[in-house]
Amino acid sequence: MNFWNDPLKIAADWLMGIFTSWGMPEIGAQALIAFLGIFLLIAILMVLDIFLVWIERKVVARFQDRIGPNRLGPYGLMQPFADIVKLLIKEDTTPAGADKVVYNIAPMLSMMSVLILWAIVPLAPVILGVDLNVGILFLIAAGSIGTLSIIMAGWSSNNKFAMVGAFRQVAVMISFEVPMLAMLLIPTVLSGSMGMNAIIQKQDIWFVALAPLGALIFLIAAIAELGRAPFDMAEGESELVSGYNIEYSGMKFGMFYAGELLHAFTFGGFWSILFFGGYRFFGLEKVSPFLAIAVILFKAMIGYWIIMWVKYTMLRIRIDHMLAFNWKFLTPLSFVLLMMTALLNALLRGGSTWLYISGMFLSNVLLAWSALEIARTYSRREREKAEGPKQALGVVAEVHH
Amino acid sequence: MNEWLYVGLFFIVGLLIPVGAIGVAAILGPKKPNSIKQSTYECGIETVGDSWVQFKAQYYIFALVFLVFDVETVFLFPWAVKLAGLGVFAVMEGIVFILILIAGLVYTWRKGMLEWA
Repeated sequence: MNFWNDPLKIAADWLMGIFTSWGMPEIGAQALIAFLGIFLLIAILMVLDIFLVWIERKVVARFQDRIGPNRLGPYGLMQPFADIVKLLIKEDTTPAGADKVVYNIAPMLSMMSVLILWAIVPLAPVILGVDLNVGILFLIAAGSIGTLSIIMAGWSSNNKFAMVGAFRQVAVMISFEVPMLAMLLIPTVLSGSMGMNAIIQKQDIWFVALAPLGALIFLIAAIAELGRAPFDMAEGESELVSGYNIEYSGMKFGMFYAGELLHAFTFGGFWSILFFGGYRFFGLEKVSPFLAIAVILFKAMIGYWIIMWVKYTMLRIRIDHMLAFNWKFLTPLSFVLLMMTALLNALLRGGSTWLYISGMFLSNVLLAWSALEIARTYSRREREKAEGPKQALGVVAEVHH
Repeated sequence: MNEWLYVGLFFIVGLLIPVGAIGVAAILGPKKPNSIKQSTYECGIETVGDSWVQFKAQYYIFALVFLVFDVETVFLFPWAVKLAGLGVFAVMEGIVFILILIAGLVYTWRKGMLEWA
């Protein structure tokens, strides 16, 4: 066991030696070491957040056929730092009549809800915050603090746009949590555990090969949870003038904005942990934990890229279409997929691996195709009810001749 | 060290960082409030009507349906964790449970409770 194989334990033992030689009791030393580790992780995350801002602005620029920030520093790399300085020295206006306590707490809770998710993300087999055996439940529970912070922001701003935006945003977020929970059950079923590290350890075959439709529905539900386009009804600049964060300026707005980007990256990370093997890459993680960290960050960045790609390509969806899509299409589909995955997993697990993989993959494809056919038939029936069947037009035209 | 103590520490540090950032901004920023700056934003015009608009009742319906499915999935998590060792019968039991709740969703749908208007 040397530094390259197990860096956290080596560092913790070294620090423990130093602290106990200073006469600190062991519990205090453990708490202090944990505190230092958490502080280091969160500091690294905030620096990562800064570069996510840069990536986001460059990528959106390229999607819109322009260059993006390139004045400050090489390739505009210093731009986010300038943004931070700007946000820090801005005046902290509180709108008249706003509920001061709630107004101030909301951005802090929003950022906190994203940061605490990193406690359970396993960066390497030996580098992780804490291997909770209820990791998936923690993911949902911590994510709901973010939902709470949005309603707090909208309610306390004393602004009807903020309130309506916050209501709609929260309605979308809680609605899309249902298919997300069903899709979180799929890695649980396939791996037999809720802990993140255990899910990764069981992914000899990546779960995306066994449940591709599950990965897709999880992605859609996660994008809705994040409040990003095409589900950013509440932030629609054209509809609701920035929704729940209208009345925020300065660093409080910065916390919402940077929190949203970091949340997107975190969900890219969770998508890769749950469906794409996490830090595993054909045995690379056994060579060194640092390679495992590189693998998982790379996969999280690919997930974040896909989320950005969806945002800058698709149009915003109307709120009633969003909710109808969730309750009438995604929720039934996700539960049928869950039932089918559980059944096929129990039936095919013991047999040959190729039958297992191909059976589950093909069943997903079949389910997706039939769901789309049902949706198409339903919409065609709705359309014909509204317009009248096509044959009638032909008859009318003939009669007139 | 107890893992939940670690999670608690994470909560505290995770809260301290945004508090610190906003605190630094509050110290560094100028403080010159005036009534124009602090007036409520409504696309540049004077506000019309109350700020606290009426809460649309449909949101409550969505929250209720969400609650039902949330509790359902909480019950499904132990089932999912233990599924591997229990055989096909346990899978069928879970499927029956999910089907009962899907029937509830279909009932809500047919009653028109999932419409926005």
